[in-house]
Parts: sequence; C-alpha cells; structure tokens
Amino acid sequence: MTQEAMIVFDNVSKIYQMGEETLYALDHVSLQIRTGEFVSVIGPSGSGKSTLMNIMGCLDTADEGQYLLGGLPIEQYSEDELAKIRNRKIGFIFQSFNLIGDLSAEENVELPLIYQRLPVRERRERVQAALEKVDLYNRRSHRPNQLSGGQQQRVAIARAMASHPDIFLADEPTGNLDSHTSMQIMELFHELHEAGHTIVLITHDENVARQAQRRIRIRDGKVEEAATSDPYGDRPAGGNASDPYGGRPADEEVAR
Amino acid sequence: MIAQSLKMAWKSITLHKMRSFLTMLGIIIGVFALVVLVSLVHGATGSITDSVNSLGTNKLTVNIFDDKGKPLRTADLDEIAALDSVGETAPYMTMQVQASSAGRSKTVDVIGTTPSLTAIDNIKLQYGRFFKDPDIENHSNVAVIDYRLARDVMGRQDCVGESIKLNGKEFLIIGVLQDTQSDSAFGFAAGVYSAYVPFPTVVRLSDQAGTTVSTFEASAVNDDTDAAEEEVREYLQKRYGDKDAYDVFNMSQISDTMNQVTGTLSLLLGGIAAISLLVGGIGIMNIMLVSVTERTREIGIRKAIGASRKMIMLQFLIESLMLSLFGCLLGILVSWLALLVIDAIGHVSYGLSGGVVLVSIIFSTGVGLIFGLYPANKAAKKKPIDALRTE
Repeated sequence: MTQEAMIVFDNVSKIYQMGEETLYALDHVSLQIRTGEFVSVIGPSGSGKSTLMNIMGCLDTADEGQYLLGGLPIEQYSEDELAKIRNRKIGFIFQSFNLIGDLSAEENVELPLIYQRLPVRERRERVQAALEKVDLYNRRSHRPNQLSGGQQQRVAIARAMASHPDIFLADEPTGNLDSHTSMQIMELFHELHEAGHTIVLITHDENVARQAQRRIRIRDGKVEEAATSDPYGDRPAGGNASDPYGGRPADEEVAR
Repeated sequence: MIAQSLKMAWKSITLHKMRSFLTMLGIIIGVFALVVLVSLVHGATGSITDSVNSLGTNKLTVNIFDDKGKPLRTADLDEIAALDSVGETAPYMTMQVQASSAGRSKTVDVIGTTPSLTAIDNIKLQYGRFFKDPDIENHSNVAVIDYRLARDVMGRQDCVGESIKLNGKEFLIIGVLQDTQSDSAFGFAAGVYSAYVPFPTVVRLSDQAGTTVSTFEASAVNDDTDAAEEEVREYLQKRYGDKDAYDVFNMSQISDTMNQVTGTLSLLLGGIAAISLLVGGIGIMNIMLVSVTERTREIGIRKAIGASRKMIMLQFLIESLMLSLFGCLLGILVSWLALLVIDAIGHVSYGLSGGVVLVSIIFSTGVGLIFGLYPANKAAKKKPIDALRTE
C-alpha cells in the first residue's frame, strides 16, 4: 500500500457567525488519508460531516487551517480553478444521486469528460467502460427517471469513475436505497478500492462505515477518533443474515 | 463544449414547448413588425421613386420670369447645351388647347419643344416617331399625342398618319406615346391629356405664345444635376444679373426630398418595431431568470463535477440566443408570407427587403445576448454548495 497522503487536514476550521454566537461547523480538524485508502467518516447529523465533505470535495473552503489535496493547497485557488480540481481529481457520489434529469445515463457520465475537454473518441471509450463496469451499458440511453434508485446511483458512480479521479467522495451513497441495492453499491466501492482507488465514504450508518478500512468519527465539528487502533476489527468475517452489508472477508485489503 | 451547450439549449427549449413559443412570440411579433413595416415603406418608396423617375430626375427645369429685354431663344439654348456639365436642352412651352377629331373634343396640354426633349424626359413612343429637326425648321404642323388622347379622341391607338385639330388647326399625328400612366402608383397627370408639337409651331396655337423661350429643360452629363445646375445658374446670372429673374429647379431635389421623407418614415416605423423587439427581449430575460431558478440544482451538479463559471454562462447565453434567433427566423418567415399575401391583394410588389432582414437578425442577436447576459451571469455566480442544497 502506498504511504503518500492524498488528503491532509491541518487544523481546519469552518466557522459560521449566527448573530452573536460563533459556530464551529468544523473545529480544528486534523486528519490524513493516504492514497489507496478506503476511509469512512461517520457522525450523526449536524456533526459537521457534510461540511467536512464540502471542504474535502473543494466545494467550499476552510476558514482556518490548511487543506492539502494531493499536495495542492486548496485555499489558494480561485473558484474556477477549484472547478477544474473537482473536475479532474474528485469523483462525487451523492445521497440523492444528483444526475441531470434532462440527460440520458450516457450523457450524464460524459458530462465531466466534456468539461475536461477530452476528444469525442476518448469520451466514448471512457463512458462505455464506466457504464459496463456498473453493468448499465445496455441502459445507456435511459433518463434518470426511467431508472431505479440503485441504477441511478450506479450511473453516478460510473460518472465519477469516467473522470478518473484521485479520490472518490461518497456522501451517504446508500442513504436513499434499500438494503439489497445498498449492498450492490457497496460492492462497487469495494471493487474500486481493490483497483487501488482512494475512497472517502461519509455516512451516519455504522453498518456502512464498518465496511471501510478505517473509520473517522466526527461529533460537534471535532474528530473524535482519527483511526481505530484495529481498523478491521469490527468488520464481520462472513455472511451474517442480520447484517445486510456484510459478506466480505475483512482481510482482503491487507492481503495485498 | 459549444456543441454540448447547443444540445442542452435545444433540449431545454423543446422540453417547455409552450413556454418557449410564448417567449419567442415577443421576438416573432417584433421582427414581423420590423420587417413588414420597413418592407412596405421600402416598396412604396420604390414605386414613388419610379413615378418620379418617369418624370425624369436627372434634369433641370428653368423658368425665366423677367428676361430684361434679353429673351432666350433656341440659339441660346444651344449655347447652354454646350456648357461642360449640361447634356441637352429643350424648350418647354405649355398651353391648354382644345383637341378635336370627328366630333370628339378634349382639353389638352400641348407642349412646344424640340427633339432633344425625348432624351431629357425619356419619352418612349408606342407608334410612329417623334418630330425631328426638319420639322422644327419647317415649322411643320405635326403632333405626337399621348396614348389616351389617341384612344379617347381619335378612337383608336394606332392613329399615326391621321390628323387632329388643335384649337381648330390641323395637325398631322406622327407618333403616339407609350401608355406609362398605369405604371404610376399615384396616377401622375391622370385625367390630363397631352401632346407634343414642334416649338416654333406652338406659336400658331395661341396669341400668348411668343418665339422666346420662357421655360426650358436641360439634362446633365453623367446625371450630375448639381454641377449642371451650378453652370446654368452661372450662365443666367451673367445674362440677367438678378437672382429673381429666373429659377432653376433641380428635379433630383425631388427625389432627394422624397428619399429623406421615406427614410424618416422607415426609421420611425423601424423604431416602433424595435421597441416591440425590445419588449420581446424582456420576455426572454424573464423566462431565462425562471429557467435559471428552476435549474439551480442542475447548475450545482454541473459546477460540482467541474463546470467553470464561463461554461455555465455560455450554456444559458446560448439558450437565450437560440430563443431570440428562432423567434427572429420565425418572424422573418411570417413576414415573408404576409408580404406575399399583401402582394397578391395589392398588385404591388413589396419584396422582403434584404437590409431589414439583416438588421432584424443582428438586432435579435443583440437582444438575445443583452437580455441573456444577466440571467446567465446569475446562473454562473451560484455557489455549488448552495445550488446543490436546493430541491
């Protein structure tokens, strides 16, 4: 496993002024995520995990501290430069899928590639590869409203994959899905991880969080637990009927 | 990138067909008003100009009010004709006489002149010939009569070789003019019969007429009537030394004035139409603002996956441009059809004026750009996290 840090938060704070009161959505958070890691960020709603995800995804910038993404000091970039960084380096997967309703599955997957100004041929190849990976190539011309939730999320994952990002940033990717579909989606994340991708998964669900190599627990804007001492300890070893997300051997990642 | 924006704009327009059509309607009506009104003025101007041209626009009409004992004679006219910028000159003495034949009688404007007038006034004959220099020298009793006089007094059109009585004197008809009056939109000289006789002969018709020239016409070399006017004025000033003794009227002034009037009319009507185009533009801006609000989330998604402000802006600008240009094209199409109908009813040809089509396309593009700019900028400025949060 590579040891370089893909994501470095150094005393990052996000502050909101609510009248007289100063609210720390993120309170001096420091953490590191290495290239190739599969990390989950877990916390209850209002804990600041959305803010963390926005900053990590370069959708928002920190008020204090420093955020390095692949060595780039994110605070120093302009809005358009951040758009470019999001475009090339980050593959978003949202809870509500966030596909564009007027575009077909194929066109949705192609969109970030158009913004990357890739030539048509390469765009087509990448779109096909990504849609085949999520097993939806035969439904490429369907609109999001003609697809089930799970299928939409797979299109969203294909969209993230097609842009060949440095990290996959998933925000409650299974939040709107039933347990069976959730399992399929998590399966895709495992596959991405096995292929060497860096994945950050933000969730409030312990069962989902448990599937990551490492969990970062956040509460009231503070990181409580940057890493578990035994990251894989909680992971169920085999198929457990009561645990819909289980079923994968825990030591697969360390085997490499 | 542009191709994708075009596709998206097309999708967005076709997704809300009714809304897009109503939005375009403002532009359609504006362009329709602009194109039809200006084309009508243009067409009317054309037919007025034709009428004026049929009178001869590149000529001077000179009146002598006070000859100060030095009356102009035909020899003087030759002298004037010899001036550098003057083409030909011809006396133009008019009087009203009774024309009769076989018991029919009409009042006729008789013009005493010389053969040079055919070139100055662009006279065209249907039958026979105009009189020639020997007819002048011989003081022949010959006449060239207009088409309607032939029809109404002689009873038939081709009456060359017959004779007509002018104030009781017999004249041999040697030519019949072409019927030009139906061409004229305003029926110039309608109801007035006319005939041309040799200048020396006209004396015989009335006591008033003398052998001196009090009115003559002159053409200009290379149609430069202004230069000719100046030279003729100079000549007359030298001869009479009094500005009030003569008057030189430049026919091109008529067409200049006419062009000014119709130009102002075009501008006025065009201005009114332009205002309705402007209103159409406001409609576009309105609907684009709605569209931006409706698609806030889409904008958020696009920005999240890497669209820059410029790209978002481009997408909305292209959409508003597309709306206005489609509206413009539809407006031109409708105008074209309307003009065809007007032509069919009015028997006058009002062609689609190419200039105004170009102007309306340019104007619509401008309207689409200007009124699309604010909504597009509003879209581009949205922050991705805020945009993603909206439902």
